[in-house]
Amino acid sequence: MPDNDTTPAIEFQGVGKRFGDNVVLDGLNFTVAKGDRVTLIGPSGSGKTTILRLLMTLEEANDGLILVDGQPYTHEIRGGKRVAISEKRRSLVRRRVGMVFQQFNLFPNMSVLENIIEAPIHVLGIPKAQAVARAEDLLEKVGLADKRDARCTQLSGGQQQRVAIARALAMEPEILLLDEVTSALDPELVADVLGVLRNIAETTDITMLIVTHEMQFAREVSNRVLMFDGGKIIEEAHPEAIFTSPEHERTQEFLRAVL
Amino acid sequence: MNDFWSWDHAAAVFPDLIKGLGITVLATVVGMIIAAVLGLVVAIVRRSRVRTVTMPVGFLVEFIRSTPLLVQLVFANLMFTQFPSLAVGCVVLGIHYATYMSEVYRAGIDAVPGGQWEAAVALDLPRSRTWRAVILPQAIRNTLPGLGNYAISMFKETPFLAFIYVVEMYAAAQAYGGANFRYIEAITLAGLLFLLVSYPTSLLVRRMENRLA
Repeated sequence: MPDNDTTPAIEFQGVGKRFGDNVVLDGLNFTVAKGDRVTLIGPSGSGKTTILRLLMTLEEANDGLILVDGQPYTHEIRGGKRVAISEKRRSLVRRRVGMVFQQFNLFPNMSVLENIIEAPIHVLGIPKAQAVARAEDLLEKVGLADKRDARCTQLSGGQQQRVAIARALAMEPEILLLDEVTSALDPELVADVLGVLRNIAETTDITMLIVTHEMQFAREVSNRVLMFDGGKIIEEAHPEAIFTSPEHERTQEFLRAVL
Repeated sequence: MNDFWSWDHAAAVFPDLIKGLGITVLATVVGMIIAAVLGLVVAIVRRSRVRTVTMPVGFLVEFIRSTPLLVQLVFANLMFTQFPSLAVGCVVLGIHYATYMSEVYRAGIDAVPGGQWEAAVALDLPRSRTWRAVILPQAIRNTLPGLGNYAISMFKETPFLAFIYVVEMYAAAQAYGGANFRYIEAITLAGLLFLLVSYPTSLLVRRMENRLA
């Protein structure tokens, strides 16, 4: 990307999300610059995960706009009205966004390799040989080259999550969403997964949006932390600043509880 | 000679029964293939959000399930006289059981975790590819025991085909009985042959259930 490209990777404009009477996000505005690593923190139910799910089109916003690289994603303003964008156009934006889930969500009916090459072949139309070669590189990168032909169910949680990371990266996303990727792992497996993510953060310029309870990881990897409470951003700062001297009272309480 | 049981009659009816068993198995296999394919189509169609599609299909399924198989067979045979009775019988068996199979598929599809759909969306897999490559391979695995159980059930209901003049095993036994005024050997052997096929099959299905569980 050219250095003078200042279009934000992600922009939320007055985004609202309700589940029935429960208002999760209310008129949320924020932008994420290209290459930013942003960690979303806050108590559960504060809307962090909803933001990731909106960006993956797993949920749909009730109002406002979400722009990816300056393009409207799920809705746009046409003739002064907010209208839904066709599935076809959403799909083109969606393939630039990848997600890694708390529960890995690998396809158990496929081998490790098949999980990784499925979307590159059937979504991007990459020739199989090329997809396989790239998948092997990625498996090398996440330290699982020898598990190429294993069934996912034979792998440990940490290994499955590393395969899931490779699967997301195989789509060469510009934006990577990490939704509590270590929360379902046994403590001794967390370090491997975080190591892989740290490596990706250091060697690529993928924009990352991270929801995590691993504050140490947030501190090492991200360059910006957003503190959420009640569907709003109540504090925003560099990780060093927010972890050492949080300004908002709620942030102080929250960090006391999790650190 | 024993009045109740005659080995001569038993031996005489046996070839007819074996021939009838062939028709019985044929009807079951063809009927089950129709039920398996059609049941899947019904299950997928009923998941659609378009009410103009799901409503009529839902009504048709309820209608078929709420009327007796025997009535359906006789009715269809009267309606479609231009086709051989065996063909009509297989199709009616298939459609009847498709309505039950669709429920088995529905349960199998519902048992696939929501995270699988979400992962497919995150990879931007098209809907059709998601069904074919991700959901159905997992769902169908769950439905194999159900498929086996309904196959056994259908196998045991094939004697209804006798009412539309298909000479399957039960009709063959009846025909021999009527012609020779000796029913007991024919019916007993027919029953034993049903048992001989369905019991081992049910053991096989149970083994499959245990392995999948």
